[in-house]
Amino acid sequence: MAATDVDVFSNEEKRNLSLGGHVGFDSLPDQLVSKSVTQGFCFNILCVGETGIGKSTLMNTLFNTMFENEEASHYQNGVYLRPRTYDLQESNVHLKLTIVDTVGFGDQINKEDSYKPIVDYIDTQFENYLQEELKIKRSLFNYHDTRIHICLYFIAPTGHSLKSLDLVTMKKLDSKVNIIPIIAKADTISKSELHKFKIKIMSELVSNGVQIYQFPTDDDAVSEINASMNAHLPFAVVGSVEEVKVGNKTVRARQYPWGVVQVENESHCDFVKLREMLIRVNMEDLREQTHARHYELYRRCKLEEMGFKDTDPDSQPFSLQETYEAKRKEFLGDLQRKEEEMRQMFVNKVKETEAELKEKERELHEKFEQLKRMHQDEKRKVEEKRKELEDEMNAFNRKKMAAETYSLSQPLKKDKDKKN
Amino acid sequence: MWCSNYFVLLTFVCFLFFLNPGPSNPHGYLAYPLLSIPAQQKNLEGYVGFANLPNQVYRKSVKRGFEFTLMVVGESGLGKSTLINSLFLTDLYSPEYPGPSHRIKKTVQVEQSKVLVKEGGVHLLLTIVDTPGFGDAVDNSNCWQPVTDYIDSKFEDFLNAESRVNRRQMPDNRVHCCLYFIAPSGHGLKPLDIEFMKRLHEKVNIIPLIAKADTMTPEECQQFKRQIMKEIHEHKIKIYDFPETDDEEEMKMIRKIKDRLPLAVVGSNTIIEVDGKRVRGRQYPWGVAEVENGDHCDFTILRNMLIRTHMQDLKDVTNNVHYENYRSRKLAAVTYNGVDNNKNKGQLTKPDTPDGMSPLAQMEEERREHVAKMNKMEQEMEQVFDMKVKEKLQKLKDSEVELQRRHEQMRKNLEAQYKELEEKRRQFEDEKTNWEIQQRILEQQKLEASRTMEKGKKKKIF
Repeated sequence: MAATDVDVFSNEEKRNLSLGGHVGFDSLPDQLVSKSVTQGFCFNILCVGETGIGKSTLMNTLFNTMFENEEASHYQNGVYLRPRTYDLQESNVHLKLTIVDTVGFGDQINKEDSYKPIVDYIDTQFENYLQEELKIKRSLFNYHDTRIHICLYFIAPTGHSLKSLDLVTMKKLDSKVNIIPIIAKADTISKSELHKFKIKIMSELVSNGVQIYQFPTDDDAVSEINASMNAHLPFAVVGSVEEVKVGNKTVRARQYPWGVVQVENESHCDFVKLREMLIRVNMEDLREQTHARHYELYRRCKLEEMGFKDTDPDSQPFSLQETYEAKRKEFLGDLQRKEEEMRQMFVNKVKETEAELKEKERELHEKFEQLKRMHQDEKRKVEEKRKELEDEMNAFNRKKMAAETYSLSQPLKKDKDKKN
Repeated sequence: MWCSNYFVLLTFVCFLFFLNPGPSNPHGYLAYPLLSIPAQQKNLEGYVGFANLPNQVYRKSVKRGFEFTLMVVGESGLGKSTLINSLFLTDLYSPEYPGPSHRIKKTVQVEQSKVLVKEGGVHLLLTIVDTPGFGDAVDNSNCWQPVTDYIDSKFEDFLNAESRVNRRQMPDNRVHCCLYFIAPSGHGLKPLDIEFMKRLHEKVNIIPLIAKADTMTPEECQQFKRQIMKEIHEHKIKIYDFPETDDEEEMKMIRKIKDRLPLAVVGSNTIIEVDGKRVRGRQYPWGVAEVENGDHCDFTILRNMLIRTHMQDLKDVTNNVHYENYRSRKLAAVTYNGVDNNKNKGQLTKPDTPDGMSPLAQMEEERREHVAKMNKMEQEMEQVFDMKVKEKLQKLKDSEVELQRRHEQMRKNLEAQYKELEEKRRQFEDEKTNWEIQQRILEQQKLEASRTMEKGKKKKIF
């Protein structure tokens, strides 16, 4: 939507025409505004800071309401994020506010992985939006945007410098979310210490290459105020929901024996500046930056990871359809290949087993062939013996026969002899 | 300063539109704005300041500038160029930049011209798309084709720009509104009109207009309008519908407009003096037909609706309905459920149907399914394999047992034979032995007998 984006239209002729009267399209911004007011706005704040540093109190103070929350204990064994969503309304503007708290941050002995749950949460919100954007039937116009628009990083008021946990965490987050560093419990630092502290912090951030959110100075209407506020970063804030009578007014403040720290007094702390910048002037810009910069970066990385490119080897721009089709072909080919592999492996297995079984069968047959042969042998032997026996029997019978005929003839001889 | 002016305007706008600041449902298909995440209602105990958000949105939108693409379609000579000039109070079409009726070529063309106009600090990049040659040939079959192609190509450009890995500011060149000019015949729609609108009503917001309305009397106009609306309903043509609001005032206005659809318009490039006022109008011997007179024609209604109140809505409907339809149709063709999605062409289904997944999620799903299928297949094959192996082993075992048994049997047989043989032999031996004993006895006897005989013989001799 850029009438001022000249390079895109440089190849087309654009004529500047003057109007002969009141046409009425100057109501376009109002039409747009009324549409967005009808839809309602949503805003998501992430509060990162140690337990007890004053995150919940600051939220209550900023939004003039008591968000319910139990005090967190110091004994969490990890960092986890607790998002809570609230519906707020001011005059005719509806705001769906989500406050995400980091519970247990800075409490563990080993804090190396403290930043991981935070980064994961932010990435998950981007991922959800990306998935919705990639759906075939999508409804982006009434999608509840849960992407984190601003990360308020609470710095402990040591007065010296940033902790290494702070540097590490902010470095991991600066490319994913708009960071505004805040010095918490600023009523424990004196003015001069505060000044030095702020300078130290900013120089440490710069030297470590941490990119915090800069209030935009390109819009004439707000560039002045934004530029001056940029110089007051990080904001030193005090939060309080208790009311104290000062003079004849009742203000939110913290009562000490030596005086009253007024939250909304600009000389006491930067709370008013924070509220002004965060809510009244730059809320829309924060949302825009999240969408146009951080989300686009995430999306680009994710798509590149998945293998999507904008141009193919011949530098022809891919259309979405072609890209999807190409991916799909690849994917299907992959699946088919896996199937083939599995089948092949199986066929091999079958062949092996078949060979084995055949081997066994052969052995079995051999064994029985052997037995058969043995048996044949035995049979032959028996047959031989039988034949032997028969022969003997035959011989004997013949002998017997012969003997009998002989003995038959013998008695004749005896008789003959007797006769003689 | 603009701040205070805006504030006055805002309160006025608020008064008009937000007397009832509850959720409103501009279109049937837009559910209440931000869905489903459970949220607690909280009351603010003081002024926070996010009521300034609309201001911030206003500021940013003015800085960005606005774009609008308007398409005008109709036969030549119906006063399209004049109407555009009247609408925007500028010489968009002029002798140097002639209107479509002066640029007719052999085939229907679709041409666009971009103009940059400014009013009240608001920049508008207006693109007017016209179609010289539409409906002017003898054979007008498919003369809508270049128009649909043009609209689709703009959707395609936007889709590709939106789907790039490196996205930059995407110019919105999609056609937001199509003014369709109906010739004032007084009888009804022509077949070409019906055909065109049927082809395009699901691609673009169509606003049908009765051109050169000053050729009809008010009664004729009324009758003509009724006839046209009847035909539009008969053919189920979806022309641009005004969104509903909760605001009673606004609804009354909208109902009044709806009664006068399609709008009958008159355009003019000349300014005439009437009763001391300078107005745009057409001078006739019998009087002046004033363009901006609500009794003479519906031009004012058109201008207010198109430019002053519903321009943003036209863009929103194009983006949320027509473009999304195009997109889902295009992407559905690429995915697994291509067949199913095509059945829902042109309708926005609920976002949580199973075919509402992105192609990538779908591929993921397919992969999972495939893995499951392969696992199952593998299991089955293993089962079959094991079973067959078991079978075979069993068979082998059985045949082993069988052979063993037979072998046993044969052995037994053989043994029996052996025994038999042994028995026979024994018998035989016995017999033989007996006989031999007998023989020996006989021999003995014989020997005895012969000896006796010998003795006897010897005795005799003496």
